[in-house]
Amino acid sequence: MKFGQFGGQFVPEVMMQPLAELDEAYRSLVPKKVFQSQLATLLSDYCGRPTLLYHARRFSEALGGAQVYLKREDLLHGGAHKINNTVAQALLAKTMGKRRLIAETGAGQHGVATAMAGALLGMETDVYMGAKDVERQAMNVFRMRLLGARVHTVQTGSKTLKDATNEAFREWIATFEDTYYLIGSVMGPHPYPSMVRDFQCVIGREARSQMVTQTGALPSCVIACVGGGSNAIGIFHAFLDDNVGLVGVEAAGKGVDTPQHCATVGKGSPGVLHGMHSLFLQDGEGHIAGTHSISAGLDYPGVGPEHAFLNESGRVSYVSATDEEVLGAFSLLSRTEGIIPALESSHALAHAMKVAPQFGHDEAVLVNLSGRGDKDLGIVMEAMG
Amino acid sequence: MIRRPALIPFITAGDPDLAATLAFMEAMAPHADVIELGVPFSDPLADGPTIQQASARALASGTTVDGIFATVRAFKAQHDTPVVLMLYYNMAYRRGVEAFVRDAASAGVDGILVVDLPLEEAGPLRDACGRHGVNTVFLAAPNTPPSRLRAIDRASTGYVYLVSKFGTTGACAELPPALASIIARVTGACASPVAVGFGISTPEQASRVIGLGADGVVVGSALVDLVSARGADATDDIASFLAACRRRIGGGDTP
Repeated sequence: MKFGQFGGQFVPEVMMQPLAELDEAYRSLVPKKVFQSQLATLLSDYCGRPTLLYHARRFSEALGGAQVYLKREDLLHGGAHKINNTVAQALLAKTMGKRRLIAETGAGQHGVATAMAGALLGMETDVYMGAKDVERQAMNVFRMRLLGARVHTVQTGSKTLKDATNEAFREWIATFEDTYYLIGSVMGPHPYPSMVRDFQCVIGREARSQMVTQTGALPSCVIACVGGGSNAIGIFHAFLDDNVGLVGVEAAGKGVDTPQHCATVGKGSPGVLHGMHSLFLQDGEGHIAGTHSISAGLDYPGVGPEHAFLNESGRVSYVSATDEEVLGAFSLLSRTEGIIPALESSHALAHAMKVAPQFGHDEAVLVNLSGRGDKDLGIVMEAMG
Repeated sequence: MIRRPALIPFITAGDPDLAATLAFMEAMAPHADVIELGVPFSDPLADGPTIQQASARALASGTTVDGIFATVRAFKAQHDTPVVLMLYYNMAYRRGVEAFVRDAASAGVDGILVVDLPLEEAGPLRDACGRHGVNTVFLAAPNTPPSRLRAIDRASTGYVYLVSKFGTTGACAELPPALASIIARVTGACASPVAVGFGISTPEQASRVIGLGADGVVVGSALVDLVSARGADATDDIASFLAACRRRIGGGDTP
């Protein structure tokens, strides 16, 4: 299964059989009524779906243009969209007879969401996290431990999400017989990018119907932040066939013309890593580059293969927002709406701030508020001096 | 490409630097049927800590693909020992698969093994290797089903590299208990010679692998450990380790 030229399964031979087993489970178990009904119950009773669609009137007024609507994934259990995917994959793992979950994490949001799913379903959980992220997201490390997960600090490479992912792959190669690798975004070898997308598409399905119910129309534009890209794919998919602009916002860090950013679609080139053919930030030899973003959740030098495809086809535009713009958006939403957004989601808000004035007052811009910002307060305090 | 019993040492190219790599290859040549050279990569996700660190040392010393090709060219000017490059696909993909294979062939590389390239994605590499007369080596694993094994065998023009265990590269105290049946199954299914690697760290283990019916044995992490400990001074240790392996497994040109 590929997305145009992107995707595929670029893994050592030993992983082909576990991936075939997973693909079979994804195609045969997931569509079953019993799985779908168990998942629907978990999403409503445990995660808190459906989430609200909120008209951010004072934020919109401050921008002077489009009416901004927020899809409130920040209100989910755990505080981010990540839980949609982790309860679904953990349920699949359990159905497949696996006893243990492993996961990579950047900001710690996926690790926390995996630890929650592991606790909920009674599965052992091991989370791999770069040393740099362990340091800047200490509260999430403590959260994961409280939830019963073991957190493994990864000291190799750039000590961020890329290296945590390497380590999770290594662990899976050795333990796949009883262990399920719960990938946190629309990345990795097939079937992960398709499967994680399917599990996140609930965001867009709800948001599309809520927009129609609340405003009588579709939005002019849908905006989401893109690291690996799961919240963006999740909200975009329902609108792919509509006459609606779709914009993915990458992390420009200290600027896309400096080495300190993660604008993979904007500045990357085709490559192969973590089981997928996609776009990556890399040097001329093919070594993967170090990245920087104020938000650990976007600090990854690659992007899901479906985004690489949607960029190539032109259906989705990819732009970026700098750390500075992101902090501005973080503050503005907090002050105008009493909602503290995650730094990741603040990238989408920062772009909304740029484009809202270009739209009429009767037009709507939908922003995926993928997570809440409580986890980021320490970083923001430091950045604001 | 190999005759039984084949001894196949592996080292990471550029660890600690390419001048040392050339010296190591020269020390290996009298004992080795094939030399496998690892191309260092920023994200070696199939490798355990030993090869990861070797890769990091090689990159820190400025090792490039062009530098590795030059080292192979210098070695092949003096020796006939076949050289197989072991790499992650992005290193070939970034240069362009055709250009990578063409330049490898022109440097004298005899075979290419891409760790994260299963058969399904290997069309471009196989085509380029065919055009430039470079052998292909594909991995087989203990969990590879019979139909895949036959396809891997057909696609491998050099040898089939059987990964002896589930997990990353690295030395093991014990060989996997099921190794005998795995080797029997894979050699039975393959017309190509089968070399066994991953975790074989002593001459005794190498000899047991040959005794179990493998056509060749790859010794990697044990040599990389010597390089890690002695740096560029590891040449004599490498030679005596391989001589001991050769005595144990038999064959070869040395007494």
